[in-house]
Amino acid sequence: MNRSTVDLGVGVFTLIGVAAVLFLSLKVGNLGGEKIETPYQVQARFDNIGGLKVRAPVKASGVLVGRVVGIHYDTEKYQATVTLNVDSRYTFSRDTFATINTAGLLGEQYIALKPGGDEQNLKSGDVISKTQSAMVLEDMIGRFLFEKASEGASGAK
Amino acid sequence: MSDALVEVRNVTFDYQGRQVLRGVDLVVPRGKVVAIMGGSGSGKTTLLSLIGGQLRPREGQVLVDGQHVASLPREALYRLRRRMGMLFQFGALFTDLSVFDNVAFPLREHTELPEELIRDLVLMKLHAVGLRGAAKLRPSELSGGMARRVAMARATALDPMLMMYDEPFAGLDPISLGVIGQLIRRLNDALGAASILVTHDVVESLEIVDYVYFIGEGRVVAQGTPDEIRASTDPYVHQFVHSEIEGPVHFHVPSNHYATALLGGEGA
Amino acid sequence: MKAISDLLRRLGALIVNAVWRLGFAVRFFFGLLAFSGQSVRRFRSLTMREIYMSGVLSLLIISVSGLFVGLVLGLQGFETLQRFGSSDALGTLVALSLVRELGPVVAALLFASRAGTAVTAEIGLMKTTEQLKAMDMMAVNPISRVVAPRFWGGVIAMPLLAALFSAMGIFGGWLIGVVLIGVDAGSFWSQMQAAVDFRYDILNGVIKSFVFGVAVSLIAVFEGWDCVPTAEGISRAITRTVVSSALTVLALDFVLTSFMFRELS
Repeated sequence: MNRSTVDLGVGVFTLIGVAAVLFLSLKVGNLGGEKIETPYQVQARFDNIGGLKVRAPVKASGVLVGRVVGIHYDTEKYQATVTLNVDSRYTFSRDTFATINTAGLLGEQYIALKPGGDEQNLKSGDVISKTQSAMVLEDMIGRFLFEKASEGASGAK
Repeated sequence: MSDALVEVRNVTFDYQGRQVLRGVDLVVPRGKVVAIMGGSGSGKTTLLSLIGGQLRPREGQVLVDGQHVASLPREALYRLRRRMGMLFQFGALFTDLSVFDNVAFPLREHTELPEELIRDLVLMKLHAVGLRGAAKLRPSELSGGMARRVAMARATALDPMLMMYDEPFAGLDPISLGVIGQLIRRLNDALGAASILVTHDVVESLEIVDYVYFIGEGRVVAQGTPDEIRASTDPYVHQFVHSEIEGPVHFHVPSNHYATALLGGEGA
Repeated sequence: MKAISDLLRRLGALIVNAVWRLGFAVRFFFGLLAFSGQSVRRFRSLTMREIYMSGVLSLLIISVSGLFVGLVLGLQGFETLQRFGSSDALGTLVALSLVRELGPVVAALLFASRAGTAVTAEIGLMKTTEQLKAMDMMAVNPISRVVAPRFWGGVIAMPLLAALFSAMGIFGGWLIGVVLIGVDAGSFWSQMQAAVDFRYDILNGVIKSFVFGVAVSLIAVFEGWDCVPTAEGISRAITRTVVSSALTVLALDFVLTSFMFRELS
């Protein structure tokens, strides 16, 4: 085996390997496409965040506009404080409504933003006050059973 | 110091709790070919490893060119080894390199010579062992005798002051055997080096060496010039030189009585 | 009673021996690092050849296996996801399982059996035929000339092979899901891109494969160096390379995964 075959082989090998890494980073991963440019941070308080995780997407009308970067529990207000990084290309009014939704029946949870009518926009450091917590299956079933039970009780009268 | 290149003084060596050498003294003068003989497993090869610094003696000293081999730091030991050549039992050629590259190996590793000069040197060394025509072959294409000659060319590539041969005659046909024997002598005289020959091939070695040490049970049991050895009446040497089956070295491994073993006793 | 104490004694000897070998392997590893200078200085003539031997010669087995693993993932994943009506998530499933787990782990196992065994056999053969001793007697350090380049060659080749394995697997999943079954290509890629994070998933996968590369290469050179210098000894050393590599890779994978993918919420 001669030197130049080795060089050629290793060269081809390196090219293939680097191409695979690039393919994974750009096409499979999110390095190339959706990048959150110069984000601004806002906070939102929820009674219950359910299964929301750090890095979960933030969407408006289904378009990805940011990501969850921090989740804390506020011991003064007894609420969960979620920190969002929102792409500065997108602006939202101050009375924007934040909901924790689930993608599909078993999918991951994300935060949906629905703008209101305020003329002023959210700035970095602002807090979104209008929120709706995650749906918790047990609560929903409990409420459903309770309603059924009270219906039955009134119907019997 | 006189003209002794290698001096082994009262060396003892253990291997895994077994005493291999117990107080060996020997001297290899410059310019001479010295044979170390003895049965298989008598510690001859161990002695070579001690001289080459691959093993350290438990007691005693090994001096090569006036330096204590066992106490040298790695750098100094490697510097000393560049002036030693060793031929291993089956040549130990690098199987992934051609014959040419095998001989060129020590030159490329230790010198900054230009490639044309290396080529000339390698062809010269190969010519000296009669294998210039085999330069392009792979080690797997060589016969046992040829492989050993290539290994000799490789070991002499840096013109060593000391050549060591570990069983150079093992497994060779009579013609190759004679060729290797003559080469050992010729290379030694051409290099002005000293040579140590570890072997149990008595007849062939007595033809070419200047002095013989007999090792048995970890000691030097007899020594002398080839003529003295041939005339020796020492029972050990006599058994060895004349290939007798019984003598101080027994044919049977010590055991209990054969009849008892056959009748189903212990050790059957 | 005697049988029990015998068993205990043998067990104890086994453990002591294992610890002793581990200690020797660690010392060997540091020796190897200390004598790695030549692998860098003579990269082109020494290390290149080993990248060729362990990397280029593993290309075929790695890419073919990656493709098949991807095909199977595509089929099985579609089967399962369809029951929940979320077959659009096929891309996510295939990509995440490959990039996080299967790529580094399976590629490392294949690498151990293709390249690791070859390295063990080569070094074991050099030891058995006294080539290593001969080199040492020629004042050339066999660790820096033979062992270290093979180690670094393996370490460099491994992450590239793992990336290739993942890429081929995703291609296989795409082939089954999009081309054959007809999952929407747009949602296949976009869901994948939304779910696979560069730092969190891909970089961690690369780190994993690098660690596996170090482990497998070290085991391969060590078993060759430490083998009993006979034909039987070499074959035993090769077996040990495969078994120890597999166990080490799987155990390391567990440790690394529990470190990397711990949710920090």
